[in-house]
Amino acid sequence: MKILAIDTSTHVMGAALAEDDKLLGEYITNFKKNHSLRLMPAIDHLMNELEIEPKELDAIAVAKGPGSYTGVRIGVTTAKSMAWALNIPVYGISSLQMLAQNGKYFSGYICPFMDARRGQVYTGLYTSENGCVKEVEKDRIIILEDWIDLLKEKQEPVLFLSQEWDKHKEAIQEKLSRQVVYGSFSDMLPKPSKLLEVVLNQGESISSHELVPEYTQLTEAEKNWLASNKGKRNDE
Amino acid sequence: MNINNQKKENEIILAVETSCDETAAAIVQGGEHILSNVVASQIESHKRFGGVVPELASRHHTENITWILEEAMKKAEVTFDDLDAVAVTEGPGLVGALLVGVNAAKAVAYARRLPLLPVHHISGHIQAARLERPWRYPALALVVSGGHTELVLLREEGEYEVIGQTRDDAAGEAYDKVARTLELPYPGGPYIDKLAAEGTPNIELPIAWLEPDSYDFSFSGLKSAVINTLHNAKQRGETIRSEDLAASFQQSVITVLTEKTKRAADHYQVEQIVLAGGVAANKGLRTAMSNTFASSSVELTIPPFSLCTDNAAMIGAAAHVQWKKNKTAGWDLNGVPGLALT
Ligand SMILES: [Zn+2]
Repeated sequence: MKILAIDTSTHVMGAALAEDDKLLGEYITNFKKNHSLRLMPAIDHLMNELEIEPKELDAIAVAKGPGSYTGVRIGVTTAKSMAWALNIPVYGISSLQMLAQNGKYFSGYICPFMDARRGQVYTGLYTSENGCVKEVEKDRIIILEDWIDLLKEKQEPVLFLSQEWDKHKEAIQEKLSRQVVYGSFSDMLPKPSKLLEVVLNQGESISSHELVPEYTQLTEAEKNWLASNKGKRNDE
Repeated sequence: MNINNQKKENEIILAVETSCDETAAAIVQGGEHILSNVVASQIESHKRFGGVVPELASRHHTENITWILEEAMKKAEVTFDDLDAVAVTEGPGLVGALLVGVNAAKAVAYARRLPLLPVHHISGHIQAARLERPWRYPALALVVSGGHTELVLLREEGEYEVIGQTRDDAAGEAYDKVARTLELPYPGGPYIDKLAAEGTPNIELPIAWLEPDSYDFSFSGLKSAVINTLHNAKQRGETIRSEDLAASFQQSVITVLTEKTKRAADHYQVEQIVLAGGVAANKGLRTAMSNTFASSSVELTIPPFSLCTDNAAMIGAAAHVQWKKNKTAGWDLNGVPGLALT
């Protein structure tokens, strides 16, 4: 079974290919450049190197968010459209779970996060079980300060994994002090091969039509509309 | 990139269009036969915001895209093996919205080893005429929509030369703004058209002719004049019939559009005129254009309503020209919000 994995949910872009439980190739870049332009050439490069034709694929896995709205859409749209055209299933995996999987050997809590501006982060809390991380606190967007308070109550070591660790480490270390553990530079990098690990352990495939991004929040326009139309539902 | 070297003229193209708030896919054969044309409009989702919310449009496109692609294939009763190419709107449009169509089209083309044809949205509006009848050159197209007001000269097939364009608001934009002032629902264009039909154009409003030899347009002055007229009347405690104001506004817009089209048609000695874009659905404009060219030898083509508003069949029609010229794109195709028509 050949699975292609795609991640464009942050400025890191990645594509990986596995056959059964063997990782055949992985391509990752970590710099700010256009995903829409570069993703398909990256997939093409990987497939060419591995001499695999699109029609040989059995499934596609993708990081479905949270993350950059546009980035997530590029990955999800590419994954579901390819899967639809090939009539194969897709796996939509949380971008945070993918990152948390880098800490699967850690025995405490694993906290992947991404900066979401205005003092907020996209984050969730995971623990590792038989080589695969599972969610213990749902993915969300939250004010970092509030999230730190919640982690403090846990009174257990937390492994932080994030590309923006340096930006937030002071705030985190100040409050959590000895609870804090953080990853090495390569642990901080989201890797599409980790999507494949999650898929192989506990993935549940869906049809391409059903795959939608996980933004964790409404659009700005919807939020404002709900605020000024109290009591109404968002779909009214 | 040129995967499929066998050039044929009755090629079957899967076309994708997501430049604004319509998720659309179509199957078009040989640039003139529509095998299917599926459009999922998001108007209902954006209505309560009084205009298109770009982020929301992008979200809907992502949710709907494969459903729409599948429906287009099913309705046309074609399989992937029947397809010769995948075409997609490259631009202009909302960047986030364009990206969904572009990435979906790339993914399908890549997965099925098909050539990818990039299409300019305005060339799509213009080539919608091909679905009606064959072109005669030189030809002139007046493209009027929410985002565009352009006079385009085609000396030969697929060669677009923009000879006039709006310097401020697009005609459709002015319609929407005036509709908002008159407290009409969104999108306002059709409501103004309807109101105008019941009114008399008895209110004096400016027409921006610009320089005598210019084919450019300007609608912001007219839009402001409408707003001021209403405001001043209110201050004086007078009421203005919205029917009359709508009729006067519509007459100003239509006069300048038809006059400039007529002048350009004479100057460039064109054989055919095409009225395209969403505002081409406007009854007032259709009638004025028909009257203006009724007695001339120039052939006037106005595609049916469903092909004037954004759709993917028009992208498939324009893609036919790209197909014949072998203008395929690489896997690095990107959505270009400000793409120029050349
Ligand atoms: Zn349009």
